Amino acid sequence: MFRFDAFAICACLALAPLSALAEGAESWGSPIGPDDLKGMAAYAPGGGDLPAGSGTVAQGRDLYGERCAHCHGEELEGIPETGGAKLVGGRGSLASDKPVKTVESYWPHAETLFDYVKRAMPFDDPGSLTDDEVYAISAFILNRGGILPEDAALDAGALAQVKMPNADGFYPGDTYDLRLSWGRADN
Amino acid sequence: MQTNAGPSGATADECDCRDGMRPDLPRRAFLGRTVGAGAGFLAASVGVAAAQEAAKAPPGAVLYDVPADPTKEMGRALLEDGGYGTRSQFETEVRIKEDNPTDTTSWTFTPLAAMLGNLTPSGLHFERHHGGIPTIDPTHHNLFVHGMVAEAKKFSMADLKALPSVTRKHFIECSGNTLTEWKGVTAKNVQRTHGLLSTSEWTGVLFSTLARAVNLDPQADWVLAEGADAAVMTRSIPMDKLMRDGMIVYGQNGEALRPEQGYPLRLLLPGYEGNTHIKWLRRLQVSDKPFMTREETSKYSDLYSDGRAKLFTLEMDPKSVITFPSGEMKLPKPGHYEITGFAWTGRGRVQAVDISTDGGKTWAPARLDTQPEPQCTVRFSFPWHWDGSEAVLQSRCWDETGARQLTRGDLIEMRGVNSVYHYNAIQSWAVDAAGEVTNVQV
Ligand code: HEC
Repeated sequence: MFRFDAFAICACLALAPLSALAEGAESWGSPIGPDDLKGMAAYAPGGGDLPAGSGTVAQGRDLYGERCAHCHGEELEGIPETGGAKLVGGRGSLASDKPVKTVESYWPHAETLFDYVKRAMPFDDPGSLTDDEVYAISAFILNRGGILPEDAALDAGALAQVKMPNADGFYPGDTYDLRLSWGRADN
Repeated sequence: MQTNAGPSGATADECDCRDGMRPDLPRRAFLGRTVGAGAGFLAASVGVAAAQEAAKAPPGAVLYDVPADPTKEMGRALLEDGGYGTRSQFETEVRIKEDNPTDTTSWTFTPLAAMLGNLTPSGLHFERHHGGIPTIDPTHHNLFVHGMVAEAKKFSMADLKALPSVTRKHFIECSGNTLTEWKGVTAKNVQRTHGLLSTSEWTGVLFSTLARAVNLDPQADWVLAEGADAAVMTRSIPMDKLMRDGMIVYGQNGEALRPEQGYPLRLLLPGYEGNTHIKWLRRLQVSDKPFMTREETSKYSDLYSDGRAKLFTLEMDPKSVITFPSGEMKLPKPGHYEITGFAWTGRGRVQAVDISTDGGKTWAPARLDTQPEPQCTVRFSFPWHWDGSEAVLQSRCWDETGARQLTRGDLIEMRGVNSVYHYNAIQSWAVDAAGEVTNVQV
């Protein structure tokens, strides 16, 4: 009898904090309000998340000249002293001794261009472009990369349709690297 | 006594203040404190202003007069430092930066050879920023967790600090560490070859704890982590990693994160490449697929010689380096030396470290000076008698998964020389007959 009581008390002590925790987890943090995530977005391949808006190659040419060319060059050739990378060219160079990695030659997804320019460029005024402007500038860069025609316009649907030249240039599998560093002959 | 030019041009021997000075101190201590002979010197000298100008404490230190005999003079009163201590004025180690077009997207290296023990002082932790260091008021900072969750939540810093926490020691290594060495011997010393590596004790909340609060969708497989810096840095993280040991940290080495380490909040993914440890963390978006951000496609992907690239090479491979003796050092004379260094692996614990003093022909086990912990550096040492002849010093390590550090030849055979990231080959330091140590590849 005594043993039984003691056991019951122990069980209660052990269970009490557990149930308190389980209840607690739901109350941790607070609900996200309707405006909380304003201006925070990421645009993954597939296009489903891309915002409304549109822009043309012609609009993009002007915007690029004003906002980007002083670092990335009039011809998108890059200006090393500014840190602004070359954005086009380099196709067919990836297997050579001197691979040239650009949006045109290396990037697997066009959505990434929209996402990155929207979040981080222009480097001297980050996050200052509207969605329309980013569509236009993306269209211009893809046009100069020989991926879109001169008269192209981009919006969410069109961007998701763009097939990048190097889309298949990556090893299959999107999680851990499978390279092995064991099992090789010791020197 | 050694003769040294004083700040005013007088030599230490000529000036009557020499008892108050250390000849080997690079910058002299001449603050306004009136202490005996020092004050006399100041009054008598021309160019006092210039001297004071030149007297500059190393970063993180304050310059004080150095008494000839500290037992004969009362020391400083407490709290002169305002309540937050500084390092000694005789300690001069600093981070150094890479020479890049802009210092807002660039990196600094930890002075590895000067590290005592396993932890990196927070002020010497390596840095890599893509949009400078933001200043963030923690009272206005939230972490948003949303996407494929039943309850999207925001957590203030106070919310997070109220949750159960863990404290763990882990290294962070930039996957660009040692990248200059792919194409041949480039960097001169270990700060530049391996200094994108640091180890801290981190404190924060496990991601798995937050997961309970938001109730993950069973299909959730990836999480986008986003920073609140000008780069709005983003990386996609596999859910299994986050659930296994991912941490949302606010503490580093017993105090709040340093601003350049992500104050007030960063992601900590033990053993993963540094770029994924998103600093100034503001958002976790749960999804069923990776987001393919610029940082995980254009950058931080590994190009192989067939022209194809690997994505998401996230775990850091086994790696080790001798920090003493290392590049640009000089062994003064033949005799006994204790070879020391660091070994680490992103895959678990370091199992063993070997040393070679003949360029990899023969190997002998090193001693592990610290207890191996998961995804944490270990210190190793190896007693060595240098007989004065040429030697090539190397270290190699294994981890508990059986992975081992490769020779440079094996690594390049596997990956070519254009993958940029994840260079973890065995490092060689040559010692010549004069005792000069240089970076070599064998
Ligand atoms: C003040 C100089 C500057 C300006 C202006 C600028 N950029 Fe950049 N850009 C940079 C730097 C520096 C980087 C590299 C950032 C990093 O290190 O993460 C970069 C990176 C990029 C990249 C990624 C390149 C790659 O291969 O990963 C793209 C794309 C880009 N910029 C597009 C633009 C566009 C579009 C504009 C105009 C809206 C623009 N940039 C304006 C300096 C600039």
